[in-house]
Amino acid sequence: MSFFLETLLGGLMSGMLYSLVALGFVLIYKASGVFNFAQGAMVLFAALSMARFSEWIPEWLGMDNLFMANVLAFTISIVVMFVVAWLIERLVLRHLVNQEGATLLMATLGIAYFLDGVGQTIFGSDIYKIDVGMPKEPVMMLESVFEGGILINKEDFVAAFISALLVVALSIFFQKTSTGRALRAVADDHQAAQSIGIPLNRIWVIVWCVAGITALVAGVIWGSKLGAQFSLSTVALRALPVVILGGLTSVPGAIIGGLIIGVGEKLSEVYLGPYVGGGIEIWFAYMLALVFLLFRPQGLFGEKIIDRV
Amino acid sequence: MFYRENGQFKTSYKSDQQIFPIPQDRWLILAIVAFAFLGIPFMVDEYLFRAILIPFLILSLAALGVNILVGYCGQITLGAGAFMAVGAYAAYNFLIRVSGMPALGAILLGGFTAAAVGIVFGIPSLRVRGLYLAVATLAAQFFWDWAFLRVKWFTNDASSGSVSVADIDVFGWIVNTPTDKYLFCLVILVIFSLMAKNLVRGSIGRQWMAIRDMDVAATVIGIRPLYAKLTAFAVSSFYLGVAGALWGMINLGSWEPAAFSIDRSFQLLFMVIIGGMGAIAGSFFGAAFIVILPIFLNQILPIIGGLFGLEVSIALVSHVEIMIFGALIVFFLIVEPHGIARLWSTGREKLRLWPFPH
Repeated sequence: MSFFLETLLGGLMSGMLYSLVALGFVLIYKASGVFNFAQGAMVLFAALSMARFSEWIPEWLGMDNLFMANVLAFTISIVVMFVVAWLIERLVLRHLVNQEGATLLMATLGIAYFLDGVGQTIFGSDIYKIDVGMPKEPVMMLESVFEGGILINKEDFVAAFISALLVVALSIFFQKTSTGRALRAVADDHQAAQSIGIPLNRIWVIVWCVAGITALVAGVIWGSKLGAQFSLSTVALRALPVVILGGLTSVPGAIIGGLIIGVGEKLSEVYLGPYVGGGIEIWFAYMLALVFLLFRPQGLFGEKIIDRV
Repeated sequence: MFYRENGQFKTSYKSDQQIFPIPQDRWLILAIVAFAFLGIPFMVDEYLFRAILIPFLILSLAALGVNILVGYCGQITLGAGAFMAVGAYAAYNFLIRVSGMPALGAILLGGFTAAAVGIVFGIPSLRVRGLYLAVATLAAQFFWDWAFLRVKWFTNDASSGSVSVADIDVFGWIVNTPTDKYLFCLVILVIFSLMAKNLVRGSIGRQWMAIRDMDVAATVIGIRPLYAKLTAFAVSSFYLGVAGALWGMINLGSWEPAAFSIDRSFQLLFMVIIGGMGAIAGSFFGAAFIVILPIFLNQILPIIGGLFGLEVSIALVSHVEIMIFGALIVFFLIVEPHGIARLWSTGREKLRLWPFPH
């Protein structure tokens, strides 16, 4: 029982991390109808920038306060992600207004390649450490309830907490602020939003900036777990089934989808994996999403798809 | 000046509906094919065959397959590499498990196996479309990546899924030199392109295009989406399977699942987008572009670096390469979303009027 609970909790924690990446997808899709394949590359880019600046800043300024260095690096990385967002809007999206979904998808794939290349050219392509003082040691919980208790990674716990915080902040931003309302208006209907004076281009820049910040947070958390390295960009591929399961247009969907996928992956790997040779978690998530799609094509919380001729 | 249609009158439906109704086009294509068969084998060296020509031919075939599905039937796929892998491993299994199996038979059977698998993974397309479908096809990619790595039966118990085949034998013709391999692939490509061209201008092709343009409307005028979509998946996977078998058995000789990874799927999609969706010629343009570009950048970047007195390391070259690659894709999408094939046809239109455009 305690083993099962441990697996379950582990799944929930990693699910939280998936939803963090999935959020980036959902935000951009909601606001501009672009399926952003570059989200993974953005995570990598942000993580690399964070890792390298936190390494460079103490060198440049000759200080050795780790906390200050991290804060400065984080701020600079935010600025970097804003610049990236602005450039993407300015150089790519602006020219591709009213193109088909497939074309936009391909464009973001191109951006992904470009960002991967630029990131590794500027920041280097080794594995870099991100040390933001995440607690590494595991803790025991619920020892009074079960014999032996359950072992939890404190780092995962903190990460899950930060993700939850980010989600709450984003929900407030979307629901309560006027910019958030403008974003939702654009998501509902581009033309109607434009006709009441909402500037589309600025909205897109804002959305990509917000997606950049989620990418940065995801990059820092994943990066401090695995190190800032090229394989981070594949995290996006693992978060894709999450969006599909949860629905492309729903923020809560990304969270709950993430949790389902996280738990599903872990449980299948532990209980099903040994019978078929292991390593099944990557396709299991996709199969789960696929089977789900057959019954509910718009995902758990997505808007109903209505066809008109 | 020479590209004129004046005075060419069609007197029968047959001559009006042939593949190349304009004789100049027909002769040009025939000349290119003849040159590919009779000229190139005597002119180029082994390196060019191995690095450019053979990959170009096989990837053109694969791009044709993707184009049928994406360009003609409008179903986005990110799992093309998986069907190539299925074709390659199925052909391998037929070759080693069935005694006396001819190599050509194994390759075609590999294609048919891929077609069957393609139909299964095409079923979600009946319920979902667009981006959802694109992600659904990724399921195929990851599943088969895993299967060929972990399920020992598929790879005849080879470690890490790497298998190899001897030189193949086609009716007594041992295909082992680069020239032989080139000619073998060329024959298959010519036959398959002709087949594809005829498929897409026939009834089934028109059904695909109707589904692509608006599937609800197509259903209303009596096209069965089940039949149209699944045949597109089957035909496309068949092409991909044959291409995969050729890629493994002819181009690589020995291969492992990584040869058909998700990067291959992206690469094939890029070929179709850059070459031109919904144009047979686009597959060739796209394949040529994607095959030649990395080699070109690899050669040219150190030289450019040298001009500015920079030492260009191999790692830097590979990073700058994917950077330029990504930028070019975006550039192409912005400047010519319909691909090189469209540039080609606009060029031809201009040529018809030249030198008096008004």
